Parts: sequence; C-alpha cells; structure tokens
Amino acid sequence: MSAPAAPRGQALIAALREARIEFVVALPDIVTSDGLLWPLSRDPGFQLVRVCKEDEGVAICAGLAFAGRRAVLLIQQTGLLDSVNALRAVGVEYEQPVAMIVGLQGKEPGIPPTRSAKLSVRIVEPILDAMGVAHVLVETRADEALVAPALDAAYATSRPVCVLLGASPTAPETMSPEVLP
Amino acid sequence: MMKRDECLQLLAARVRDEAIVATYQAAFDWMAIAPRDLNYVSIGAMGLASSHGLGLALGRPDRRVIVLDGDGSLLMNLGALATVAAAAPRNFVHLVCVNGVYEANGSHPLPGAERIDFAAIARGAGLADTGTIDTLEDFAAALPAILEAPGPIFRALRVVAGAPSKQDYAFIHGAATRARFKAAFTASR
Repeated sequence: MSAPAAPRGQALIAALREARIEFVVALPDIVTSDGLLWPLSRDPGFQLVRVCKEDEGVAICAGLAFAGRRAVLLIQQTGLLDSVNALRAVGVEYEQPVAMIVGLQGKEPGIPPTRSAKLSVRIVEPILDAMGVAHVLVETRADEALVAPALDAAYATSRPVCVLLGASPTAPETMSPEVLP
Repeated sequence: MMKRDECLQLLAARVRDEAIVATYQAAFDWMAIAPRDLNYVSIGAMGLASSHGLGLALGRPDRRVIVLDGDGSLLMNLGALATVAAAAPRNFVHLVCVNGVYEANGSHPLPGAERIDFAAIARGAGLADTGTIDTLEDFAAALPAILEAPGPIFRALRVVAGAPSKQDYAFIHGAATRARFKAAFTASR
C-alpha cells in the first residue's frame, strides 16, 4: 500500500488566504522550503517578513495583531523549541493570537509525533500541551482542510495555535494542474 | 552621559500620537514620565522590544513607532537589527538606552559593555541612519528628526539612571494595559 499523499503547498497557501492571513513571518525550514516558503515569497498577496530568529517572529505577530492585522509564523520545530519563552509570555500569558505553521523536520511518515525516534519531534506536542497551546497535525492531503480553521481560531480566540506539518508540502511545480482545487 | 529620565522627559514633551514601545527600566521611567494609552509596555520576554515595534510599524504604516530599548535587551537578539533593516519600515525608530548594566536585574555589567559600539552594530546590520547621542543638548537637537524623518532610525543613547521609578510589573503585564493600547493604536487618526 502506498503512503498517503503529502499535503499540497498550493492548498495550504489557499488556506492562508481563507484565514485572511496578510503577513508571513518566516525563518527557512527545509520541511516547508519548496512547498510553502518559496511560493509565498513570490506571491504578491502576502507580505513576507524574514526573521533571524524565531522568537522575533512571535513578537512581530503580536505587534501585527495589535494593529488588527493577521499573520502566520512559518518555522521549524527547533525554532519553536527556541521560542518557548516568547510563546509562553506573549502568546499564552498575554493571550495574543500567534498562528504558527511548524515543520516537523525528521518526523517519520505515519508515526505519531509523540512516538518519533527523534527527540526534537517527540517533545513538541507535550510542550505545547503543557503551555495549553492548541495544535493540529497536518500530514496528508486529507488534513489540508484543518489548516484554515486552525489559523482562524488563533484570531477568533486570541490565543496561539500551532499547525504541525508532519510531511513536506508538495511544491506547486510538482503538481499537475488537474489536481488543484 | 545623560540621565535617562531627563532624556525621556525631552521626548515626552514632543510626542503626539506615536506609539512608544518601552522595555524594562526605560518602560518604568517612561510610564512615570508620560502615562498614556499609546504606550506599549507588554514586551513579555526579554530581547523582543524591537520585534514588537516592527510588527506594530508594519501593521500601521501611517503611525510612527518609537522603541525605547535597553542595551542588555538588544544584545539578547542582535539579529532583530538585520530583520528591521530588511523590512525597512519608514515609520520605525529604535532608541537604545545604553547604560552597560542589566539594571532591572541587579545592575550586573553586560559582557564587554565598555567595548560595545551599538551604532556600529546597527550600521553593520544594514541600518543606514544610525548614531550615538551622549548629551541632552544633542538629544534635543536630534528630536525633530527622530519624530519626523523617514526611518528606520537607530540611536544609541548613552545614559545613566536618573531618579528611581516604580517597577510596576503588574501594570506592564496587565490585560487592561494591553486593551487600552490596542484601542488607542487601532483608532483612526
């Protein structure tokens, strides 16, 4: 049996539009590089803010939210781990909408993150749970529909929400036009 | 060297509807000198003042955002200077109070404090309009540009502590403080 198809980058970008995301705050992550960040960097519908460290992005998203603007923070799980204190303070304690898409670099296909052999993958969900940060796992094409409601929920509830990407989204160049919505 | 409170009093006399993003001791001094709804003091985690300010500036390009940072705070996230330089918001001003110590945490010295040139670091990060201000007279002379010239602008303010101000952490972390700021910041001009 073949593995389920990975989520489509183009569908995830459509989800960002559906959630009315205007800004993409990003530090490159190999999981999302080809399928999300490169296409987003060329998309005039989004303003890209490249950061040097992921916790900067937590604060930038908060600042944008105070201005009434919606952003997504696109990072890798190692950057999320590096940003725990910022997320704790700004997102959780200050109750600010930090909408994140986090690539789980090294996650094994079909294995739940908490059972990964990779420590940096295995500890992500327990840490988010300990902080009370909502999260959803997006690993296959069937999960694409989870993204827009999750990002929207960050702003509806004024809380952080984390979309964990368990597989690299396919790049638009690798998809045939007939499979696109 | 300037006394920080005297420096901030000069700024307070000139501000109008700018958002002031202030952190740690500069925030406590600023709140005592210029209590106003457009003060953003909810930084949360050390080292992120300019990042909060960048988000505000990008979100409201029609409003000027002035960050009152600390030297220890800035050292914690120097990459933020490169991020600001790349985003290049014209409504962004970064003032760093350079006193060489972690004043809110026992006044221990910064590593290598006496050798650090923050304006040079900012320039090296790609910011074009940088400088260091040592005296109240020079700060007063610089204020028109700080308040009006196209940003991003970076100035290191060499200061010492002035009159002690209350460290009101309950206020800076309070939900009501954030709500007042948001209402004021998102209001039409």
